[in-house]
Order: sequence, then C-alpha cells, then structure tokens
Amino acid sequence: MNLDNHPIDNNPTVLSAQNLVMKFGGITATNNVSLDLKKGARHALIGPNGAGKTTLINQLTGVLTPTSGRIALLGQDITDLAPHLRVRRGLVRTFQINQLFDSMTPLQTLALVVSQHLGLGSKWWQPLGQHAEVAARCEALLSQFHLTDVANTPTRVMAYGKRRLLEIAIALACEPKVLLLDEPVAGVPAGERDELLNTVGALPEDVSVLLIEHDMDLVFSFATRMTVLVNGTLLTEGSPEEIANDPQVKAVYLGHGENAHG
Amino acid sequence: MMAMAPDSLRTSVQSTLQSSLLQPSKPKIWELLIWIAAFVLPWLLPQKALMINEIAIVALFAMSLDLVLGYTGIVSLGHAAFFGFGAYSAALFAKWVLPDPLLGLALAMVLCAVLGAIASVTIWRGTDLTRLMVTLGTALILLELANKFDGLTGGTDGLQGVLMGPVLGHFDFDLMGQVAAWYSISVALVLFLFMRRLVNSPFGATLKAIRDNRLRAMAIGISVNSRLTLVYTVAAAVAGAAGALLSQTTGFASLDVLAFDRSADVMLMLVIGGVGWLYGGILGAIVFKLLQDSLSAITPQYWMFWIGLILVLLTLVGRERLFKPWTWFGARS
Amino acid sequence: MLTILFDGIAYGMLLFILAVGLAVTLGLMNFINLAHGAFAMAGGYVTVIALQRFGLPFLACLPLAFAVSALLGAVLERTLYRPLYTKSHLDQVLFSIGLVFMAVAGVDYFMGSSQQNVQLPEWLSGRTEWGDGAFMLGMGHYRLFIIGICAVLTVVLQLILTRTRFGSRLRAAVDDPRVAAGLGINVNVVFLLTFAMGSGLAGLGGALGAEVLGLDPTFPLKNMIYFLIVVSVGGTSSITGPLLAALLLGIADVAGKYYIPKMGAFTVYVLMIMILLWRPQGLFTRQGGK
Repeated sequence: MNLDNHPIDNNPTVLSAQNLVMKFGGITATNNVSLDLKKGARHALIGPNGAGKTTLINQLTGVLTPTSGRIALLGQDITDLAPHLRVRRGLVRTFQINQLFDSMTPLQTLALVVSQHLGLGSKWWQPLGQHAEVAARCEALLSQFHLTDVANTPTRVMAYGKRRLLEIAIALACEPKVLLLDEPVAGVPAGERDELLNTVGALPEDVSVLLIEHDMDLVFSFATRMTVLVNGTLLTEGSPEEIANDPQVKAVYLGHGENAHG
Repeated sequence: MMAMAPDSLRTSVQSTLQSSLLQPSKPKIWELLIWIAAFVLPWLLPQKALMINEIAIVALFAMSLDLVLGYTGIVSLGHAAFFGFGAYSAALFAKWVLPDPLLGLALAMVLCAVLGAIASVTIWRGTDLTRLMVTLGTALILLELANKFDGLTGGTDGLQGVLMGPVLGHFDFDLMGQVAAWYSISVALVLFLFMRRLVNSPFGATLKAIRDNRLRAMAIGISVNSRLTLVYTVAAAVAGAAGALLSQTTGFASLDVLAFDRSADVMLMLVIGGVGWLYGGILGAIVFKLLQDSLSAITPQYWMFWIGLILVLLTLVGRERLFKPWTWFGARS
Repeated sequence: MLTILFDGIAYGMLLFILAVGLAVTLGLMNFINLAHGAFAMAGGYVTVIALQRFGLPFLACLPLAFAVSALLGAVLERTLYRPLYTKSHLDQVLFSIGLVFMAVAGVDYFMGSSQQNVQLPEWLSGRTEWGDGAFMLGMGHYRLFIIGICAVLTVVLQLILTRTRFGSRLRAAVDDPRVAAGLGINVNVVFLLTFAMGSGLAGLGGALGAEVLGLDPTFPLKNMIYFLIVVSVGGTSSITGPLLAALLLGIADVAGKYYIPKMGAFTVYVLMIMILLWRPQGLFTRQGGK
C-alpha cells in the first residue's frame, strides 16, 4: 500500500487508518473511522466517554482485529501484523491504566525494555546490563523522566505519579516512530501533573504523537491537530481553533460543562 | 529539553546503575559454600547417600518447574510428564541400547526437549484454568500411554533390571549410593549454573516480563509465544534430566514418575522454598524430603494428610507470615 | 449403539450435576477449586453410612447427601475459602490440592481404602429393553432414574437462575461483583449460598454416582479431571454450556471405551486438549465471555 505525500505540506503520513470498523456482536464500537497521522504530529483524539477511543488504539496496535478496514504504518500495510511486530517497527503505545512490571524496579524495567529494543532479548548467556549501552540509555531515560531517585524502588510501592512517568518512559525506551498516548495524565494527583505535562511536551520532534486525553488544558496546549470521535464515529477533524469553534463539537462535547476550556 | 548533568556525573551514575543491574548475577560466597557442602555431604554421611541423591534429583526437578512457574508465570499441573518421560527414556536406553549414564542422560534431555517444544503449543493461548487443564491432560495422556504400552514400560510393575555402567567409564555405581549422589549433585550443579545464567540474562528478564504483565510484554516487542516455547523446552529438558537421574541411580522406573502426585509435590516444594528464586527449589526440596522422611516414619500411610495440611496452612497464612506466628490471627505484618 | 448413547447420556448428566457447582463457583468467584470432588465424595460416603449403618432407605439418603455436603460447603466457604478469593490462582490451586489430600487421607483413615458398595433398592435394579439387534436400546433402571433426577434438577436450576430474585442476584454478581455490591446485593451471601448449593449438588451427584463411578477415598483425585473438562469446555457463563459439555464428555467416554478399548480414557484427554486449543474460552461460551 503506497501512500502519497500530502500535496500541501509535503509531510509524509506515518500512520494511516482507513475505514476501520469494529463490531462486537451487535455493537458497532468503531464506525468507519479513518485517520491520518503526519510525521512529527501532535495530534489529539478527543471525545466523550465511551466514544471508542481506546478501542481505536487497540486496533491500531493489533490488540484487537478490526472487523474491516486497513491500517498502514510508514507506508506498509500492517493490518494483519502481530502486535509485538508492530512495536518493533516503531508503533508504541502507553496504557490508560498503568501496565507495569510490578516485581521489577524502574531500572530493571527500563533495562529490560532497552535490551529488548536493542535486540538483546534472546541473549541468555550474558547478564542483563552487561552492555554499557543499556546502562547509558537507562541513565538518560531515568533522568529525563525524573525517576533517578526511585530507580531501585520496587515498582509496586511507587507513588502513582511516578508509576505514570515510568509508564511513558517504557514507551520511549522503545524509540518509537509513532507514539500513541492513552490518557497520560489520568488520575495523576495535582502535585505530580506538571512533571508529567512537561515531559509530554518535551517529547522529541521526530516522534509522531497521537494523544487521547480528557484534560483540555493539555490537549489545547499540546495539539496542533484534533480529531473528535463520538459513539465510534468520526465527527470532525481540524486545528484546535477550528474544533473549539465548531458548533457541532461544542454541542456534543465541549459545551456540556465537561472540562470546558479554550 | 532540560539541562543535562555534566558528563562525568552521568558516567558515574551509569556505572552505578550498571553494577546495580549486574548484582544478581554475581556469584555470592554463600552460594559457593552451599555447593561445597553439597559435595562434601555424601562423604561425611555415607549412610544417607541415597537420601542425598534423592534430594539432588527433586531439587533439580523443582528448579525446572520454577523456570516455568516462578519465572514465567505458567501454572502447570503436569510437569511430571517430562520427569517421567526422561526417566523412562533413560531406563529404556540403558536397558536396550547402552548402559552409559551420561549418554542416556543426554538422550533423555534431547527427547524431553522435543516433547516440551511440542507441548508448549498447548500453553500459548488460554486462561490459567485452560493451561491447568492442558498441562494436567498432557501428563495424564503420557501416564495412559505408559500404562498401555506395558510391554515396553513394564506397566504397573515398572521397568526393572536397569543396570548402569560406570560414569565417564570410570566411576562404578556403588551399593552405598555415594557415586550416585555425587553423579546427581554434579549434574544438578551443571544444569543449575546454566539456569542461573539464563534467569539473570535479558532472556530471563523477558520471561519475568511475561509473568508480570503479558500485555505489556507484547507492547514492548516481546514475542510471547516463542519465549514460551523456548522456556518450556528448556524446563522440559531439565525435568527430563532429573527423571533420568532417578531411573539411572535407582535402576528402576515405575508409573509413579508420571503421577499427579509428582507434579503436586514439586509445586509444594516451590511454595515452601519460594517461587521465582532458583534456590527456592533447592530449599523446598530439602525441607520437603526431610519432612517426608520424618512424617513417613511416624504415619506411613497417612502422610498425604500432613502434606495437605501444610499446603492449606501455607496458602492461607502465606509464606512470609508462616514464619511470624504473631501475625496469624488478625495482626497484619 | 443406542444403549451406548443412553449410557453416555446417563453418565453425562451425572457429570453435569457433579460439576455444575464447580462451573458456577468458578464463574462467580473466579476460584479454581480442585477440591470440588471432595464434596461429591462426602455425599457418597454419607449415603453409604446411612444405608449400611442406619438402614435408611435409598431415596432418603439422597436429600441427606445434598444437605450434609451443602452444610460442609457453607462452613468451609465461610472459614477457609473466603480469605483466598483475592489470592493468586496458584495459591488457590495449591490450597484446594491440599484440601483434597487431607480429605483423601482422612476418609482412608476413617472408612478404609476399599471400594464401597451401594445396595440399590429392588425397584431400581433391573433393565428394560426395546428393539433388537444393533439398534437395541437397553435401559438400566438405575440409569433411567439418574437421567430423570438430573433432568429435573437441571430444569429447577435454570428456573432458579432465570426466574428468582436470587438467580438474578447471582447472575449480576457473576457479571460484575463490584457493580453488584454497589447495587446493594450482598455479594458475600450470594457466594456463600452458591458455594453451598454447588457443594450440595456435588454431594448428591456423589451419592447417585457411587454405583456408577465407584466410591473409594481416591474419588476426588480420579474424577477431578472430568469435572475440570466439563467446566473448561463448557465455559462458566451459563449452565447449558457445562450441560452440553458433560453430555459430550459422557458419550465420548462411554463410546471411546467401548469401540476403542485399547485407548480408554486416552481419547477423552486428547479430545479435551484439541478442543481447548481450538477454543480456549470453552466450546459453549459466547464470544467475549469469561
């Protein structure tokens, strides 16, 4: 599947979903949704609860198989590709509810992810951490995500905010080309949010990001493009200003007093 | 991006991190002492040599299950399938082909590895319950097969008259059992060293990732199914080695090597000694065998009752709390 | 051949009554209870004791077996099982194995290790035959009785589940215990009653099955795999799933042992593994069920 560059801004599409439909028995969770993510994008996906945002992410990452439709990553069709192989091609996600390795420390977790990413995951005869590169990358990640002070604390006893930072650090350790962030600040206590928001804002420019969020502060300060999903259907798409002023969107979502901002 | 710390600081942090990561794989003094003690024991207590031999064998078996259960999180109720398959393979090899112990051991391991690889397909999918079922079912199938092919296996009477040649062409098995004990301990040590490297490696870390959170393991690019097959194959081979040691050192193989009891006993050992820790299997094996020995002397018929009671108490009270009796009623430690 | 079908159905229905409690408690509490067979064994031994030592008529023993097993289940649920609901599946498996070991050894101690004989009353022995040749249908009266009782019980269970308040509370608690609790359903009581009923049914099954399956202290260990097959193939989201699975298993086992005696129980295990590989969630669970 060959995708042309966008004629106007010559920016290649890194992730493309075409006419995705997801049916569970009688329920249509995703109704003919198409989405194009450009390189370097800061693209937000918003919509009321139950709109099917996480379901869409699950299809993009391969956890769910769409009933119909195609998905392409960096110009290659990945609709039938296994989830772990998509990760190896650069499509990485974070989870709305922290999915961590509770028995490990952040250091061990990141060492594991980095090793796996560097192709060392099947090496059985040398200890974890033998490669200096692993420690170097761990140091950088721990420092970037303010986790250095808890590097040797078992994950299960860490504060929620720190766990959330680790959640995202794991994704970054995979050196993603496309990053899908599923509600990164959800449930984070007020005192730890800024740390997280700054980190999300400071993501490398060549990483294309699709962000799902309810926090309108974050969405409007972060996104350059927005897609609105309602009841599994794509309502509209555009720049933040266009979305903020769209009467349809206001009626369905922003105008109901829910985190109304911007 | 925020200002980075000076390079010299970062390098020193990196080496601290690296030594932190490498810590578990460094050999410790107490480990050395334990293994030296293991080798000295059959010389010190020759009348207990047979018992020491048995402990080494079940310790090896327990460690093999720990790979699957403790490190990868697969609840298997049928690990005895590989133990038994190894036992019978080695016995039949010695009886009909060549009574060389090491060759028989190697063959048993290879055959069990193949069996493990095939059986691993059954644990790829499904919940804990389905995995329980298929592992149980696999062991039961092997038991049935052993029963049906009694011309080969001796059926309920067992396979008798397995006479072993000398180890490495030099060390004859003696009646006391000392050579047997040293043989088993040596094999256990070699395989232990291999497993120790394995669990501390990046591969081992991916196993723990699968155990802790399979979904996330996939989401960081780990191919779960191929890992499962690999670890299952290795665990099967090691369990087969333990079984081979049993039939080689006792000169006998019977259906109970495939029985559900074996699978349950070895799980109990891991629970006693601690899962997710190779020495847990060794510790659990020692405690279990000593318990079995003393309880069988007191109540030979009903020792199953005591084992059951221990299991119930252990799971109700929890391993950590078991050693703190003041936490048993109400007080949370 | 029809006789085989008939025998298979009888065996299957018996297995269903024995295993339905396990299916419901697994679906409800997500607890893998390998000791379920011990409650069945209790019912069997209660019947034997009542018949032989107290001379109770056979029909009276059946409700007694149900009651004793149900009571035993209730007591154990409240005291031993409840603390384990939050623990890992491994802990639950080990705990229930421990219980089985204790039960087996305990029964061996008190009742001896030999097979127990259940003296069936006159009117239940005997056999009726219809037709002849290959299509002869030979119906043992006892097996007819089993089919009858189990069919009635199945209907009653389905009615309880669908038509009573308790049934809807149970179904709510199976679907989502937290939400159910939030709706004011006393989930602890639902668990207790369900566990007791499941154990009682197992006891009844043990009493009915003593003649067909044999009764000795190793009963829970020997038959555990069959109960587990019913539950894992049949799924835990309904009772018709385990019913169909039990019937399938019963017929397959009887037919297998008759037509390919060399293979015996082997066929059942292979069939089970193949089914679970194909559909790990069970043959009869709807897509997306537990």
